[in-house]
Amino acid sequence: MYDFTYHRASDVADAVSKVRDTGEGQFLAGGHTLIPTLKLRLAKPSDLVDLQGIANLQGISASDDGVTVKAMTTHATVAESKDVQDTIPALASLASGIGDPHVRARGTIGGSIANNDPAADYPAAVVGLGATVKTDQRDIAGDDFFTGMFETALSDGELITEVSFPKANKAAYYKFKNPASRFAIVGVFVAQTGGGVRVTVTGAAPCVFRVSEMEEALASSFSSDAIKDIKIPEDGLNSDIHAQADYRAHLVNVCARRAVDAC
Amino acid sequence: MPTVSLTVNGKVVSAEVENRTLLVQLLREKLGLTGTHVGCDTSQCGACVVHINGDAVKSCTTLALQVEGTDVTTIEGLATNGELHPMQEAFRDNHALQCGFCTPGMVMAAIDLVNKNPNPDEQTVRRELEGNLCRCTGYHNIVKAIIAGGQAMGG
Ligand SMILES: Cc1cc2nc3c(=O)[nH]c(=O)nc-3n(C[C@H](O)[C@H](O)[C@H](O)COP(=O)(O)OP(=O)(O)OC[C@H]3O[C@@H](n4cnc5c(N)ncnc54)[C@H](O)[C@@H]3O)c2cc1C
Ligand code: FES
Ligand code: FES
Repeated sequence: MYDFTYHRASDVADAVSKVRDTGEGQFLAGGHTLIPTLKLRLAKPSDLVDLQGIANLQGISASDDGVTVKAMTTHATVAESKDVQDTIPALASLASGIGDPHVRARGTIGGSIANNDPAADYPAAVVGLGATVKTDQRDIAGDDFFTGMFETALSDGELITEVSFPKANKAAYYKFKNPASRFAIVGVFVAQTGGGVRVTVTGAAPCVFRVSEMEEALASSFSSDAIKDIKIPEDGLNSDIHAQADYRAHLVNVCARRAVDAC
Repeated sequence: MPTVSLTVNGKVVSAEVENRTLLVQLLREKLGLTGTHVGCDTSQCGACVVHINGDAVKSCTTLALQVEGTDVTTIEGLATNGELHPMQEAFRDNHALQCGFCTPGMVMAAIDLVNKNPNPDEQTVRRELEGNLCRCTGYHNIVKAIIAGGQAMGG
């Protein structure tokens, strides 16, 4: 690991100014993506600004309309939250399947979506539920947040403060996971909301995407049978040591049907 | 060099560290607590698991400076007055180790697992052990030991 200067931020304004004032500074949340990246020397930040001491980046609040999860809330806290379990059980269940217990004790929602790993779980729920990502500067619609592989709509030094998930009538996430890392080889989030049906896919392509053909079919008949013949083109899907594109295309249909059945 | 102060196994300690020093390096190299192992150094194997404020975490994926002011427990902190912790005893009774390399991380993970899921069944133990790899025992006896250790901790 290259050396850097470590700082602790006391509040959001302090964190943002510390990152902006240092040439190549970066926020540090749970560190469960950033520290492995630094060990591999894939990044060379001059400064790391630790967000863990910022009290108003922690916690969950729920209302009749949905739940708001602050950026530094860990996956374990989301998974165990009674509020999340009662309001959007699919979100609690998604969080409970991220990595292993030790990863869930440290990894945060803000770090996960800022990183936008193609195989990460949260992006499927952020787009699938039509969530809103709040930063120190603005509100970003979940639909506009993930822009490409490891790319987001965040500008340099912009800090995610919270994510608001509207409640769905029904929702479920089904992940076909890599047995070693538990990252998604393919994960599909299905939600039926006031605004219609959404089907989002993570793991299969460089970035989370929606499957409109399945959304339309489920809007007219919400059953796994309604989508069983919908094939996903393998063009543009990921091929790697874990799975080829044609296999991932097949898994999208399987995971989508299982998610619908779990709704 | 910055200084970090924390409680390790009940004792207040301070050490000078580099900004990039990992918690596992602080424990092993500065404090001489070599019971915590480094298996993979890539956040996968769980040999380095310690407790930070009661939660089992991977000390190879945590900076020493991140744990300022926290309460850290390592495998060396479990025995009291020369008596093994019930989970350590259960690992011994059930032959839950061969080379022993993964064992400190397994035991630390197991205690957190039981604290959060008292008297766990086999399925719970296997699921909650996803972050700990063992190359020798085949897990069977580890799972048995954790169930037995869980009962001993409850009783
Ligand atoms: C063994 C292992 C298995 C894993 N399995 C899974 C899995 O199954 N599914 C899954 O989804 N993930 C998985 N992960 C990733 C894990 O969820 C990470 O914790 C997460 O992706 C990053 O969160 P973090 O809090 O650790 O962020 P960090 O590593 O601290 O930061 C990641 C990036 O986000 C930036 N950042 C952090 N917080 C903010 C913020 N509030 N605003 C703006 N930028 C910010 C940082 O600057 C950095 O660039 C796994 C990780 C490991 C080590
Ligand atoms: S050494 Fe830390 S997880 Fe393997
Ligand atoms: S006992 Fe040898 S690695 Fe587990």
